[in-house]
Amino acid sequence: MDTDAHRLRPLEVLDLGRMRYADALEVQQCLVNQRKQGNGADTLLYVEHPHVVTIGRNGKQQHLLASEEILARTGIDFFETDRGGDVTYHGPGQIVGYPILDLREWRRDVHAYFTGIEQCLIDALGVFRIAAGRVPERGYEGVWVNGAKIAAIGIHISRWITSHGFALNVDTDLSYFRYIVPCGLTKPVCSLRSLGCQASREEVMRAITASFAKTFDYEVVMAHQELQETR
Amino acid sequence: MMDVVMPQMGESIVEGTLTRWLKKPGDKVERDEPLFEISTDKVDTEIPSPAAGVLSEILVQEGATVAINSVVARIGENGAGTAPAAAPAAAPPEQQAKPSVSTPPSVDVGPSAATEQARTAQTPPPQPPPAPAPSSAGPYPFEPAPQQPQPAAQPQAEEELGPLSPLVRKMAREYNIDLSQVRGTGAGGRITKQDVEAYMSSQAAKTYAAPAAPPPQPAAPTTQAASAPPPAMPLPEAAKTRTEPMSNMRQKIAEHMVMSKRTSAHVTTVHRVDMTKIAKLRDKSKAEFSARNGFSLTFLPFVTAAAAEALRAFPIFNASIDGKNIVYYRDINIGIAVALENGLIVPVIRNADEKNVAGLQRAIVDLATRARSRQLKPDEVQGGTFSITNFGSFGSIFATPIINQPQVAILGVGAVEKIPAVVDGDAIAIRSQAHLALTFDHRLVDGATADQFCQKVKSILENWSLEIL
Repeated sequence: MDTDAHRLRPLEVLDLGRMRYADALEVQQCLVNQRKQGNGADTLLYVEHPHVVTIGRNGKQQHLLASEEILARTGIDFFETDRGGDVTYHGPGQIVGYPILDLREWRRDVHAYFTGIEQCLIDALGVFRIAAGRVPERGYEGVWVNGAKIAAIGIHISRWITSHGFALNVDTDLSYFRYIVPCGLTKPVCSLRSLGCQASREEVMRAITASFAKTFDYEVVMAHQELQETR
Repeated sequence: MMDVVMPQMGESIVEGTLTRWLKKPGDKVERDEPLFEISTDKVDTEIPSPAAGVLSEILVQEGATVAINSVVARIGENGAGTAPAAAPAAAPPEQQAKPSVSTPPSVDVGPSAATEQARTAQTPPPQPPPAPAPSSAGPYPFEPAPQQPQPAAQPQAEEELGPLSPLVRKMAREYNIDLSQVRGTGAGGRITKQDVEAYMSSQAAKTYAAPAAPPPQPAAPTTQAASAPPPAMPLPEAAKTRTEPMSNMRQKIAEHMVMSKRTSAHVTTVHRVDMTKIAKLRDKSKAEFSARNGFSLTFLPFVTAAAAEALRAFPIFNASIDGKNIVYYRDINIGIAVALENGLIVPVIRNADEKNVAGLQRAIVDLATRARSRQLKPDEVQGGTFSITNFGSFGSIFATPIINQPQVAILGVGAVEKIPAVVDGDAIAIRSQAHLALTFDHRLVDGATADQFCQKVKSILENWSLEIL
């Protein structure tokens, strides 16, 4: 036990609650800059976005099924971002996680990091008796249950500092995915609720935090007050 | 001069895609300043410059995938590289040593894009010309020669070539390439996608310049066809094709159609409907209707009204699949496919079941007119629960429409035609008939139910009783 304990690094977990995509991006950027200068600690940000469609660097506009005007009229924001991956939708009922980590202190391996995020979500879903897994095919990254996508992942790394992250559908209104082809895939999406799981957002976040800490060798410490002020 | 290489971003990662240059040749860079971005899986990574200086050469273009440790750029000393753009003379020996990464500017326009075009231009892969197979003398010019060239010497012992990526293996298979002829420049001499592409373009250049040159294939002496010209090398064919980008609408339609075909189990059932009664009613009230409303009366609103009624009787057709659930819609919102000059759009008549024939006709005319003048409001093309497409107006008897996702069925209306029909036992009479084609999602609906739905529509149309429109 002792040998394990001293290897663990501190992880701060911060729930931003409901926050617009642009504002949360600023919070991320602030933490990334701190980490680049060697300040602060690795942080796992949780947030719930109002309706927003984002498109990654490798995204294709045609995977957006509705025009930007339609999105605007429907009250859905639209952002082009610098994360990996294609088009995705965020909205109420979704747990969005943005880990801001310095991978030099873990492993300098983007692939290991990516699969680590997948594993952490798969393990967390296991807590709720949901058998989630990967689809071992290029272009099918993310976490899947019975052929339907439950969590999307898109990551950006600069000087081994991570940003962006994952989005897990808890009780998301899945009809909003009609406006996009999620990640360029024409596969169905699902949520914990659509799978019949009644777990609350808080319960699921706790499960993710626990498996995240286990996957990446962290010890969870509470968020500092100063972090709140960086907003 | 300092080489900038594709970094290794993890143990299992052997190559990366260069997605964006953040500097242009001639730009000054600081050490550790972000220089380019790469992408692996769904991770985008900014790569900092390894040194301060001037970016003198970019060797790998955006979009290209290269093996780790390939040289992607060179950085010169401050001020030394102000006239950099094409400095092929500066380092010729090196360039020859590494054909894949430093193929001189002619190929630099984007290796992957260039071969992408070549690949699409040559699907299906050109058969060897029929001439050298005289013995078979078959009557069909396209009949494959009796013995296709064997996939040339393919299962090259992998130990010789080093580990091959699935992509490289696939390319070798598709383009019939003898990998032992390809020089590998990847980590440990491994053959990368770029090596294969470089080999292909060098072969293409050779064949083009000297078509008589013997094929460089040592293997497969068993078949006579093996002496056929080297297979499937992309040749420049500029004059025979014209390439233009698809419009946004075209791209979205394409994506949606394929998505629908992949999503639903499409089945189409066709029923013949006698429209005589409606034709008579229409003839009788046509003039008055046009005078009163300012637009003419077609068959479509009758079919729409009948479909709305049938949807009420069979709610499974007014539904969607959501995972393992069926979502039934309370409202009956019928989309009407409208052909545009170079595309189509499906505006929606909301609560179609609450409208009479005149109201439906008005809605159809209004939506179609505004669709063609591009004045539809966004919410008028959303929220459809069922669709109707009227290909009969273009003369089609029947067709097999594609479901408009996430709906589960679409009704196609064929042309109404006067034909001689057997009626009342053995008499022959002239009747107005049309074919209704219902495409349904067999995941949710079975054939028997679909046919009952069609019979319901048919029975409403054939026994149309309302004199009031």
